Amino acid sequence: MTTIIPFGPQHPVLPEPVSLKLELDNDVVVGVLPSLGYVHRGLEKFIDTKDYNQTTYICERICGICSALHGITYTKSVEKLFNAEVPERAEYIRVIVGELNRVHSHLLWLGLFADGFGFESLFYECWKYRESVLDVLERITGNRVIHSISKVGGVSRDLTKEHIDMILKMLDTLEPQIKDIEKVFVNNYTVKKRTVGLATMSKQLAYEAGTAGPTLRGSGNAIDVRETEDWDIYRDLGFKTVVEKDGDCYSRTKVRVKELYESIKLIRNAISKLPNGEITTPIKGFPTGEAIMRTEQPRGEVVYYVKGNGTKNLERLKIRTPTFANIPSLLLTLPGVKLADVPIVVLTIDPCISCTER
Amino acid sequence: MSLAKSPWIIHVNCNSCNGCDIEVVACLTPLYDAERFGVLNIGTPKQADIMVVTGSINYKNVNVLKNIYNQIPDPKVVLAVGACASTGGIFHNCYNVIGGVDQVIPVDAYVPGCCPRPEAILDGVVAALSILENKKKGNIKGKEVPLKGNEVPSNA
Repeated sequence: MTTIIPFGPQHPVLPEPVSLKLELDNDVVVGVLPSLGYVHRGLEKFIDTKDYNQTTYICERICGICSALHGITYTKSVEKLFNAEVPERAEYIRVIVGELNRVHSHLLWLGLFADGFGFESLFYECWKYRESVLDVLERITGNRVIHSISKVGGVSRDLTKEHIDMILKMLDTLEPQIKDIEKVFVNNYTVKKRTVGLATMSKQLAYEAGTAGPTLRGSGNAIDVRETEDWDIYRDLGFKTVVEKDGDCYSRTKVRVKELYESIKLIRNAISKLPNGEITTPIKGFPTGEAIMRTEQPRGEVVYYVKGNGTKNLERLKIRTPTFANIPSLLLTLPGVKLADVPIVVLTIDPCISCTER
Repeated sequence: MSLAKSPWIIHVNCNSCNGCDIEVVACLTPLYDAERFGVLNIGTPKQADIMVVTGSINYKNVNVLKNIYNQIPDPKVVLAVGACASTGGIFHNCYNVIGGVDQVIPVDAYVPGCCPRPEAILDGVVAALSILENKKKGNIKGKEVPLKGNEVPSNA
């Protein structure tokens, strides 16, 4: 005899509407039926009416949390259509803003996760530290959330000496603060009781389910687009993929905490190697042909496919986002989990529903 | 004694890109600290006084929004946060977007911006507080929104 419990679309731990119908046997989940579409806007169709420069701003509004990397990936894919050589300084500024974006996204997630298992002051702590990153992003780009730093052919704003000093100063204070919260997430007895051994995915299963990002790397697969894809800068900056072996909620948390340090290292290296010169290159004409671009967002790999037809509007824009790849893993890991642990398991894939449904 | 000294808010994400949502949550965290106005974020509509809506409405979530609105006890205030919740914003021409929240439920205050700064959202919440107090004094009740309404615009 099973009971069906609706989880969402309006639920206290979910910041976004997603509906999971949980089939319960007593207290244990035996089946899951997800239902999507509450945030579907139809953006891939909407770009028909916008030219390729305006589409940048549409792409940044696919998701407010990873907006910088959406914009960067779109502009890089359109530059592939034009075979444009982007100035090196622009690429470095993109990396710096993209990694700052990742730091703020991971801190945001750690806070929501802490709230998920009832550590409210830890949630406030994470979000307080996140504000310092947002302050820097606001000074660099002019906005707290939607940055609009990347445009087709380069970046829209340059980094001045003041900006660089501000970033370095912020990183110096942020690093010990992250060490503080890391202690709780990694060593705390209660947190470990709630997360260790919960919703385990083996290395093979995570790979075959097609998961992406920290969900994939938490199961021991060393796959990170920053290391494997043809965006060379990350290799020059000495990027190393973060991997954890166990595949449970605890190791997915550890991956994200370690990625914070990795991002901080990348930003420092990028600033020390920041070349001088132009920040944009002029782009003329209309896009033709097709191109694919992959980058690593905070939640995993995002793939942009663009097709131009020689007019100012793109013929097709197709986006495959990381949460879309990670939702099937919920169907594999949730059966066998107790109802009280469902919010934690759902949060560990870092669901971004507005990315998924667009 | 006074309702406006301890309003509880419910945050409803309709069709938002998360940008406004994370700014609404940022309002509740230490730097902006909405709790100094007595505001508490609550998960259930039956205990809420102020409904903070982010994002426009689409054909799937319109009944979710109406359902939550109907469950909030009187007096209640609806605060539309962001350009999307106010008018549909940058997405108002998308095929799945009906428009601003005010097409289906009565909205008392709007916070413009894409996305609005936390200070602006706090300003909206403070404006909502006085509206809440007036509604309580005048015993103004929100009307029940029928779940099957004519929310499809005539030109669609």
